[in-house]
Amino acid sequence: MSAILELKGLTKCFGGLTAVGNVSFQVKEGGISGLIGPNGAGKTTIFNLITGVYKVTSGDILFQGRSISGREPYQIADAGITRTFQNIRLFKNLSAFDNVLTACHTSAKYSILESVCRLPRYWREEKALREKATSLLEIMGLSDRADVVSSNLPYGLQRRLEITRALALDPKLLLLDEPAAGMNPDETKDLMRLIGEVRDRFNLSVLVIEHHMDLIMGVCEHIHVLNFGQSLADGTPEEVSNDPKVVEAYLGGEGKKSC
Amino acid sequence: MEYIAGIAILIGINLIAVLGLSILTGFTGLFSFGHAGFMAIGAYIAAIFTARLHLPFVLAIAAGAAAAGFISWLLGLITLNLKGDYFCIATMGFGEAVRVILNNIPYVGGARGWESLPKLTNAWWVIGLDIVCVIVTWNLINSRHGRNLVAVREEELAAQMSGINVFRQKMIALVISAVFAGIAGALMANYMQYIRPTMFNMVKSTDLTIMVIFGGLGSISGSILGTAILVSLPEVFRNFAQWRLVIYGLAVIVIMVSRPQGLVGGMELTPSGIRKVMSARKAKAALAAETKALEKRGEI
Repeated sequence: MSAILELKGLTKCFGGLTAVGNVSFQVKEGGISGLIGPNGAGKTTIFNLITGVYKVTSGDILFQGRSISGREPYQIADAGITRTFQNIRLFKNLSAFDNVLTACHTSAKYSILESVCRLPRYWREEKALREKATSLLEIMGLSDRADVVSSNLPYGLQRRLEITRALALDPKLLLLDEPAAGMNPDETKDLMRLIGEVRDRFNLSVLVIEHHMDLIMGVCEHIHVLNFGQSLADGTPEEVSNDPKVVEAYLGGEGKKSC
Repeated sequence: MEYIAGIAILIGINLIAVLGLSILTGFTGLFSFGHAGFMAIGAYIAAIFTARLHLPFVLAIAAGAAAAGFISWLLGLITLNLKGDYFCIATMGFGEAVRVILNNIPYVGGARGWESLPKLTNAWWVIGLDIVCVIVTWNLINSRHGRNLVAVREEELAAQMSGINVFRQKMIALVISAVFAGIAGALMANYMQYIRPTMFNMVKSTDLTIMVIFGGLGSISGSILGTAILVSLPEVFRNFAQWRLVIYGLAVIVIMVSRPQGLVGGMELTPSGIRKVMSARKAKAALAAETKALEKRGEI
């Protein structure tokens, strides 16, 4: 399997602080990879670098073999990388359906003039968009909540809706930023199943940031560990969880305390 | 009768500017306190076309609209990267700058104003252009482009991550709103037959914004309603002399306190719009009932 995403010596400095320093890893095509690390390790910063929210200080990001660093966020989304957010960012006042419908926009090509004059292409493509949004909601089990204003949805469903919205752009790589944050064990289990299903059904690759070790160890085929913005370990879940450096980062070092 | 027709025409003219501002403020979430500046550009360019160059009115309106649109594009290039409040202040500065510049151009009458322009605006022009502008706004908002505007208002970062070019969407909203303001200005100049820079001061800009907010952000029918009420209110209470402006202010405060979302914020007064709100309420109630039932069974 080839790599769909490759980070090469990625570095990001905010003033004098190096948030991410010389990080390199790959996300395999069709795989589910995990990005873990203690708080402040730079995980979300890496997501922001991949999606173009932050500009890369040095290093390079290759998506399907082509460099995407320096591109605008919307161009990166168009190229096929979409994401969800640690703190849910839905279009709050819109219904679940409208949230997904809005994100479907890249599937239609009609111009402003065509929409203002209601030319045939508008009607044709608009119908297709609505069908697409409906079927996505159905696949993700949100059909009976389609009319609910998204901020009124329960927390778990908001997360699910955010993933649905990200899928509406037909991504090739889906970035999930702490999808299980604030979920109970049952919901987390559901989510694990969902991530696997989404990968198979939509034929995409997934990169997950997560603190829930159950989830990470359960669904990820490959894990990269960060600490203080540096790469700490890389490998399969077993390799990583047995790595003494990882154990130290998470649980503290042995026998070095003075008390 | 003529008096009432006069008010109706004023409502119609203001409506065009308010609809434009509704796209910018109500749907895209950008506040502007300088749209009187775009009206002024439309008014003066149209006046030059009709009074000085003696060209047909339709050309004058088109030129006024195009000029306002072009200037807004230039303004957008330098200001649209500014965040919320700063953009608002930049538009305020722009509006005042237009007024001060006009004060100093003798060719268009300077600060004294410009009298005896031809009276070309009649009810037909106003009604016709109102219908066109309402349809354009409606069709724009109910399309993928309109939804992208709303996405920018709702959550800019998520909009970007959904492949929406936020800068471009803001530019589209700004230019369309300025074109509408330009059309309104052109109609105004050739209806009043008299224009001067102070007609397009910041108070005028704020008036337009108040009409949008009063009617309800994110609602075309709200903007129509807001304009109709707020333009006619001072006229209805004209007998009360200075008190009418107090009543105007009071009406705005009462609405904002009792309905912060405006008269009909976030919905449309059409059969399908009302159905949509109803189904959203029903869906919310169903959700609440289900959650409650689950809680009772102790599953949550």
